Amino acid sequence: MPYSGIAEVVVNKKVGPEHFLMRVLVPELTKEAKPGQFVHVRCHGEMDPLLRRPLSLHGIDYEHGTISLLYQVVGRGTRLLAEMPTGAEVDIMGPLGRGFTIPEKAQNVFVIGGGIGVAPLFPLVQALKHYKIEQTILLGARSADWVIGTGQLASLGVKVEAATDDGSLGYKGFVTDLVGKRIKVIKPDYFFACGPNPMLKALLEVTRKSGLDGQVSLEERMGCGVGACLACVCKTVASSELLVASGNGKTVDSGEWRVGSGTEKTVREFEYKKVCSDGPVFGAGEVIFDD
Amino acid sequence: MINLAVDLGGLKMKNPVTTASGTFGFGPEYAPYVDLNRLGAITVKGTTLEPRKGNATPRIAETPAGILNCIGLQNPGVDEFIAKSLPYLRKYDTPVIVNIAGNSTDDYAEITRRLTAADGVSALEVNISCPNVKQGGMVFGTNCAAASEVIRVVRQNTTLPVIAKLSPNVTDITEIACGVADAGADALALINTLLGMKIDIKARKPVLGNIMGGLSGPAIRPVAVRIVWQVAQAVKLPILGMGGITTAEDALEFILAGATAIAVGTANFVNPRATMDVLDGIERYMRDNGVKDVGELVGAAWQ
Ligand SMILES: Cc1cc2nc3c(=O)[nH]c(=O)nc-3n(C[C@H](O)[C@H](O)[C@H](O)COP(=O)(O)OP(=O)(O)OC[C@H]3O[C@@H](n4cnc5c(N)ncnc54)[C@H](O)[C@@H]3O)c2cc1C
Ligand SMILES: Cc1cc2nc3c(=O)[nH]c(=O)nc-3n(C[C@H](O)[C@H](O)[C@H](O)COP(=O)(O)O)c2cc1C
Ligand code: FES
Repeated sequence: MPYSGIAEVVVNKKVGPEHFLMRVLVPELTKEAKPGQFVHVRCHGEMDPLLRRPLSLHGIDYEHGTISLLYQVVGRGTRLLAEMPTGAEVDIMGPLGRGFTIPEKAQNVFVIGGGIGVAPLFPLVQALKHYKIEQTILLGARSADWVIGTGQLASLGVKVEAATDDGSLGYKGFVTDLVGKRIKVIKPDYFFACGPNPMLKALLEVTRKSGLDGQVSLEERMGCGVGACLACVCKTVASSELLVASGNGKTVDSGEWRVGSGTEKTVREFEYKKVCSDGPVFGAGEVIFDD
Repeated sequence: MINLAVDLGGLKMKNPVTTASGTFGFGPEYAPYVDLNRLGAITVKGTTLEPRKGNATPRIAETPAGILNCIGLQNPGVDEFIAKSLPYLRKYDTPVIVNIAGNSTDDYAEITRRLTAADGVSALEVNISCPNVKQGGMVFGTNCAAASEVIRVVRQNTTLPVIAKLSPNVTDITEIACGVADAGADALALINTLLGMKIDIKARKPVLGNIMGGLSGPAIRPVAVRIVWQVAQAVKLPILGMGGITTAEDALEFILAGATAIAVGTANFVNPRATMDVLDGIERYMRDNGVKDVGELVGAAWQ
């Protein structure tokens, strides 16, 4: 049963250009938390800004009953969070949503993060390590100081590769291009990813071409966070996916709808799913990004 | 002993607190946070005859002390609701108000028949005011003749209490309230969301996928209280008041303005236990002020 109530801020410190790490003491929530889930946080006790803010579980410390959040200040809500002093009380709900699931067949995986999308990957990396699954972490950001958490990941003894827009760290270019190159060399059998939608869209083009299956964690504007308001939906492949090729309807397997080009017209029957309660983690074959 | 029970046009509620349609899903979503048995009624998401996908995203935007939404009546359709959600809701000792919407009076008639025949529906809340669906709500809700026609059709097809939910996006809401009262409504739900929009100045584009959306939350409360006040004095029907209620104090404003029962909507997103806090607060207020029956407070600000 998810927790909803007050928790104590144990640490809240700046860890990057616009990034903060908040650790919160909340044993009832922590004990049920799983990698890939999120919490819904009130940034203060006032009516404006009104809504809670969804933030991924960046750290889960079962022993001490704390969770940590890694967040980027982008607007009023996150700015209010950044101002919270140690010892402050924060109103928090969670754990919410469905997190990552590690398939049995996965032996050698890619863990891919774009920007603040690295946040939910840490508990996953720890779980993968626990199960002794080979992993390569590929992180993308605009420049070296925007790549958050490499130190922490290195201390876990996992391989980390970076891609930066300006080439100030690692590969110069998009992380999705780096993934494309490394897939051929490392030949992973599965991937997990989190990042902004345009990155995930580009990533799925790469992974689908290589036939690599995986899971992606999505972001969408939320109201309730519990599946009640239907604000946070994303498009997914409907059970009855139809391919209309030159007028002939035929059913195809989900995950391979980019069939053909030119005169063929694909009609994708989609189904809206809720990012907050059906996700935020979805199967890579399931999600549809609009053009 | 304090009496919290109310009669909303034939719907017996053990207390005046229900949920606003569309903000509480179909019940189970909030069950981890709220004892559903303690609610005066559960009002579920707007349901239509056929399944609806709803609008494109983004479907929500935050505004000063409020939100804009353009969900667009996404729902699994009435048959799926009856098959999947009602059995769950029947486990609770709480009446279920089903919010209905349609594109035509035929739709309203058919959905009314199906829900009346189903086991576990206690009342129908007729959404003639949802501003989200292009062909639907707006057309009926802003025109007195059309609004009355919908209520008449629902009335003819059910024995359940009929609650007409009105749109505030009209010139004179008391006129529409009188119209639906004459058409056979048993109660009025006031108010639905106010039509609004927000523009992203960076992208130079509307924020919402549907361009316009319905404004709800504390921002609309004064408008809603005013409407309840006006309609309560113009029409004899009991009123289900809503619009920005987040605390018991807010709820009491509505009751004093003339609402027999109240619904908590957007506040659920902020405080998942808002309904329970409102209920406890009303009870406390009654105790502190020596009020024995919540009915004594209804419309007390003008009576
Ligand atoms: C499941 C999930 C997990 C997330 N995890 C993290 C995380 O671990 N770290 C982190 O820094 N960010 C995370 N985000 C994004 C984070 O929720 C937004 O950055 C934050 O809500 C912005 O709030 P604001 O008031 O600062 O910004 P504003 O732009 O002022 O917010 C205005 C409104 O838009 C919403 N909003 C703005 N940006 C986003 C966004 N990218 N996604 C969803 N809603 C948004 C806000 O919640 C608010 O309702 C996550 C989002 C989701 C959906
Ligand atoms: C996300 C959302 C979805 C809604 N869906 C419906 C709906 O399906 N049918 C309906 O009659 N009203 C719907 N409403 C309107 C509410 O029931 C209520 O009338 C309105 O939000 C004002 O109350 P509030 O300010 O307490 O939220 C919705 C409101 C919100 C915020
Ligand atoms: S945020 Fe309300 S359904 Fe997901």
